[in-house]
Amino acid sequence: MFELIGIPPQALFGQLLLGLINGAFYAMLSLGLAVIFGMLNVINFTHGAQYMMGAFAAWLMLGILDVPFWASLVLAPIIVGLIGVVLERLFLKRIYHLDHLYGFLLTFGMALVIEGLFQWKWGSSGAPYPSPISGGYNLGFMFLPTYRGFVVLAALVICLATWYGIERTKLGAYLRAATENPTLVRAFGINVPRLITLTYGLGVGLAALAGVLAAPIQQVSPLMGTNLVLVVFAVVVIGGMGSIMGSIVTGFGLGLIEGLTKFFYPPASNTVIFVVMALVLLIKPAGLFGQTK
Amino acid sequence: MTPSQRLIAAAAIAVLALAAPWFAYPVFLMTALCFALFACAFNLLLGYAGLMSFGHAMFFGMAGYFYGHVVKAWDMPPELGLLAGMGGAALLGLVTGALAIRRQGIYFAMITLAFAQMIYFFCVQAPFTHGEDGLQGIVRKPLLGGLIPTKDDRVLYYVVLAIFLFGYGAIYRFIHSPFGQVLKAIRDNEQRALSLGYEADRYKLLAFVLSAALAGLAGATKAMVLQFATLTDVSAAMSGEVVLMALVGGLGTIIGPVIGAFIIITMQNYLAAAGEFVLVIQGAIFVVIVMAFRKGVVGEFSEWWKARRSGPRARPTAAD
Repeated sequence: MFELIGIPPQALFGQLLLGLINGAFYAMLSLGLAVIFGMLNVINFTHGAQYMMGAFAAWLMLGILDVPFWASLVLAPIIVGLIGVVLERLFLKRIYHLDHLYGFLLTFGMALVIEGLFQWKWGSSGAPYPSPISGGYNLGFMFLPTYRGFVVLAALVICLATWYGIERTKLGAYLRAATENPTLVRAFGINVPRLITLTYGLGVGLAALAGVLAAPIQQVSPLMGTNLVLVVFAVVVIGGMGSIMGSIVTGFGLGLIEGLTKFFYPPASNTVIFVVMALVLLIKPAGLFGQTK
Repeated sequence: MTPSQRLIAAAAIAVLALAAPWFAYPVFLMTALCFALFACAFNLLLGYAGLMSFGHAMFFGMAGYFYGHVVKAWDMPPELGLLAGMGGAALLGLVTGALAIRRQGIYFAMITLAFAQMIYFFCVQAPFTHGEDGLQGIVRKPLLGGLIPTKDDRVLYYVVLAIFLFGYGAIYRFIHSPFGQVLKAIRDNEQRALSLGYEADRYKLLAFVLSAALAGLAGATKAMVLQFATLTDVSAAMSGEVVLMALVGGLGTIIGPVIGAFIIITMQNYLAAAGEFVLVIQGAIFVVIVMAFRKGVVGEFSEWWKARRSGPRARPTAAD
């Protein structure tokens, strides 16, 4: 069928898979941003740097201690999440009462420091991380490398687990309540500041987890998150930060759109998400899933 | 300050500005003046309209490309190049601003940032920017049909100073006009301004376009001075840098961004050899300023000055 209309299916599905993988990262990262913003009222500009730190943690643990990928998948997010907790305790918690703008600037500054230090120590060219699963499946219409399939599935599971954790568990209910009205939740005897710290740690851990998953696909380099976080901002504007499911759907959807653009008109593939953002702003300024807050 | 103190200060600054190229490297001064104008344009938006643009590099950098293309590829006089830079940036500001003001607060910052990134990717690919190589060898041509030779750095310095003063004066006029007053009212309480009958969105958009145009003038002037336009000037890092300049100097003060720009440019000059550490230091300055000195150099100084004059008892407690 595809041959009839002159489209090589291998290439098309190859790009769609790439799009899906990018979408998986968009979804995971925008989810973390949304969760953090909900609780802290801070747009975490450090998110890209923390994603990079996740990949670096896995790479360093493999190189120095020979820690396998599967262990890193658990350890790296914990380590980076704990660093996030320290940053929150030291810096972020002191600026919650200020305008959003200061949180944005503070986390931007922290991202510069982190990325600069990594560049200084390890240079900016980056290093490869060996793929933990080799081989793949021939699906007839395309070849699917096993690891890439795993990344998409893992991202879906992670996103849905986060959704379940926030929307369906008791801790999640506390979290949502504290987002709505922290003072009242505090009056019920719940330690809201600790909840905020925990949220930041979780959001950062999510970014680091995405980084570990990305390590075998991309080069592990200090600047791997710099441009990504800017695209994720556009994703967040498109989806709106009001709904968890919205972030997931928007992330994957935009990845697919990017993949399609790469196939049909490659020069626009870098900019298509921003064009979509402009269109959404024109038609539905609050974002696809956003409530005006 | 009393009027006579003010006069003395103004005279001192004027003498300093006129004599500067005989003591300092003129190209450094001109670059710093361009960034100072850029920072002032940014501050017009954030300090007086309360709109935080994190994508101002798109105006600054694109104007440099416009200038270079008009002067080099089309072989037109530099005055037209400057106008093209300014006009092009204003147009870009009109389009992106009209979209960005549909959201508020932190979303506004993210949207401008995203648009700037889009422009950056566009510049990487578009043929007229020459991608990674940049637009190089934009030869300096004499201004005003040959009246002002610009090969000499010191002569050009006075031209750049005049451009800077024009931009600075324009911003001063905007802020102290009824338009500026309405802008401040919108910044402080948009609902109230709306209920008084001011169409907040139109004021915001006008402020955005003016700021973009002046940022463009700064970018085009920089391309004229340095004779090249590169991707660095449209990058997100540059957008961050101008925020830093305004923040270091003092947001919402008219002279602050100028001082901030000189501090940051001087620092970059001295730290050029430190490589990646420039980024680390800039990031650290961001953190320190946000944590402890949110008023910036000028804001903190004027507070100290007031406290000193009104005696120790009136000294305000630590600003928080």
